[in-house]
Amino acid sequence: MLELKNITKVFNPGTVNEKVALDNVSLTLEDGDFVTVIGGNGAGKSTMLNAISGVWKPDEGQILIDGADVTQMPEYKRARFLGRVFQDPMMGTAAGMGIDENLALASRRGKRRGLGWGITKAEREHYRELLAPLGLGLEDRLSTKVGLLSGGQRQAVTLLMASMQQPRLLLLDEHTAALDPKTAAKVLSLSDQIIEANGLTALMVTHNMHDAITHGNRLIMMHNGGIILDISGEEKKKLTVEQLLAQFSKVSGEAFANDRALLG
Amino acid sequence: MSIVTFLNAMPGAVAQGMIWGIMAIGVYITYKVLDIADLSVDGSICTGGAVCAMMMLAGCPAWAAMLAALAAGMLCGLATGIFHVFMGIPAILAGILTQLSLYSVNLKIMGQANQGLSPRNYPVMVSMQFLKRANPFENTIVVVILFVLVLIAVLYWFFGTELGCSIRATGNNEHMARAQGINTNRNKIIGLVLSNGIVAFAGALLTQYQGFADVSMGRGAIVVGLAAVIIGHALFGKLLRHNFALMLLQVVLGGVVYYMVYQTVILFGLDPDLLKMLSAVVVAIFLAVPYWKKKYFSKSRKGVNNHA
Repeated sequence: MLELKNITKVFNPGTVNEKVALDNVSLTLEDGDFVTVIGGNGAGKSTMLNAISGVWKPDEGQILIDGADVTQMPEYKRARFLGRVFQDPMMGTAAGMGIDENLALASRRGKRRGLGWGITKAEREHYRELLAPLGLGLEDRLSTKVGLLSGGQRQAVTLLMASMQQPRLLLLDEHTAALDPKTAAKVLSLSDQIIEANGLTALMVTHNMHDAITHGNRLIMMHNGGIILDISGEEKKKLTVEQLLAQFSKVSGEAFANDRALLG
Repeated sequence: MSIVTFLNAMPGAVAQGMIWGIMAIGVYITYKVLDIADLSVDGSICTGGAVCAMMMLAGCPAWAAMLAALAAGMLCGLATGIFHVFMGIPAILAGILTQLSLYSVNLKIMGQANQGLSPRNYPVMVSMQFLKRANPFENTIVVVILFVLVLIAVLYWFFGTELGCSIRATGNNEHMARAQGINTNRNKIIGLVLSNGIVAFAGALLTQYQGFADVSMGRGAIVVGLAAVIIGHALFGKLLRHNFALMLLQVVLGGVVYYMVYQTVILFGLDPDLLKMLSAVVVAIFLAVPYWKKKYFSKSRKGVNNHA
C-alpha cells in the first residue's frame, strides 16, 4: 500500500553542512504491516517518515500510497491518508484547545471544513466513549485544555487522534522517547491495541531495540540514510538484541555506538 | 480640574474606547488567535477611515460607506497574507510593507492628508456630538455597544465552526494543524483578511466619531490594540475567560479602560505629546511580565509533565 522508490534527500547541499539524509531508499509496505524502524542518531529514520508525510519534498524518487503518486502532494492534503504521532508530546496536539476540540479537528481530517459546527453534542458523547478505555480519566475532562495534560496523556490523545478516520498508514516517530519508562510502556501497549483493533498499517520509529523486536511483524534498520537490514516473519520472531547488534556491526562495519539503543 | 469636567469627558472616553476595542478585536485575531504580530493595522485603520469619509462625502449612506471600508480593509489583509504566505516574507515585515504602501494608498484615496466629515452635513451613525442624545438609536454609546455585541456574536459563531476551529488550530500549533489536514497557509490569509476588515471597520467608525479622517490616524494603532488586549486580560482575565465571546469582551473593555486612563491623564495636565511613548512603555512592560515570570519565578514542571 505504501511504496518508496529510490528516495534521496540532501540537506544543505553545496555547503559544509551538507548531509545526505536519505540515500536512494526504497521500501514497500503491505496492507496490515506493522514495521518497526531502528537505527542510530542521524540514520534517517525520522527523515524517512517526514518524506512520507510530506514535510518536504524529496530531491529524487517517488512516493506512492495505494498506487497513487503523492510525491508532489502538499503535507496537509496527504494528511487524509496518514495518522501521525511525534516524538515531542507538544507537537501532536493544539495546547490551547480542549481535548474534545482536538479530537474534533482530527475527526475532520481529509474532509472539507465549512461553516458547520466545529464540534457537536453527539460527537462529545462519542469522544467520551473513545477516551474511557484509556483509563486516564480524560473522559470526565473533555473540555480541559490539552496543554494542561501530562506528556503521556497528550501522547495517548494524539494516538487516538491519529487513529481516527481510519488512516491508511500510521506513522509513529519515536512517540515514547520523551516519556518516562512506565508511561512509555503504557503508551506503547496502547499503540499496539489501536493498531490491532483498527487493523492499521504502521511504521514505528524507535531507539529501543527491545521494543523494535517485540512489536510489529517486520523490522528494518537504517544507517547513514539507507536501509541496511529488513527482517520479517519467523526470522523476526526469533530475533534477539544481541543478534541485532551483531548483524549491525556485520552490515555496517562498525559497532552500534548508541547507548539509548542498548537499553532494554 | 473639577470633578464635573472629568465626568463630562467620560462618555467620550467610553465611546472612543469601545471603537478602539473593536479595532483591538481585529488585533486579537492575529496576535492571539493566529499568533502573528500584524503591523498592517496601522495602515488599514486609516484605509477604513479614508474610504468611509470619501464615500460619505460623495453622498453614500453611512452603512454603505462602512461596508466599503470593511471590504477595503480585507483587501489590505489579503495583501499582507500574500506577502507572508506566497512570498515567504516574515509576518512582521509583511505587515510593515503593507502598512508603508497603505500610506500612499490612503493619500490617494483622500486626495490630501485629511478629509473633514461634519456630523452636521453628513448622515453619520456615530459622533462625539451624539453622546447624550435621548433616542437610543441616535445615541453614539448605544450604537457602538450594538456594533460591539453584533461583532462579538458573529465572531463567536465563526470561531466555533469547522473552519474557525481549524484557524484556531493553525495559530495554536501549525505542525498539528497540517498533520490533521488543515491548509495552514489558507487559514493565515483568512485570519489576516478578517482581522484587517474589522480594523478598517473600526477606522470607519472612528472617522465618523471624530468628524475627520487623517493619514496619520493609524500611527501606533497596533500598540493601542495590544494595550487593549493586554489591559483587558490583566483586569478581566480571571472573570471573563470561560468562552471565546467573553475573551473578546475582555478586549473591548480593555480598550475602554485604556481610553478612560488616557482622558484622565490628559485632564490631569499631562503633555499629550508624551502619550504615545507612555502607551508604548506600558505595553512593553506588560509584554515583559510573562517572560520575567518564566525566567525568574518558574518552578520546572518537567518532572511533573512526564507522568501520565
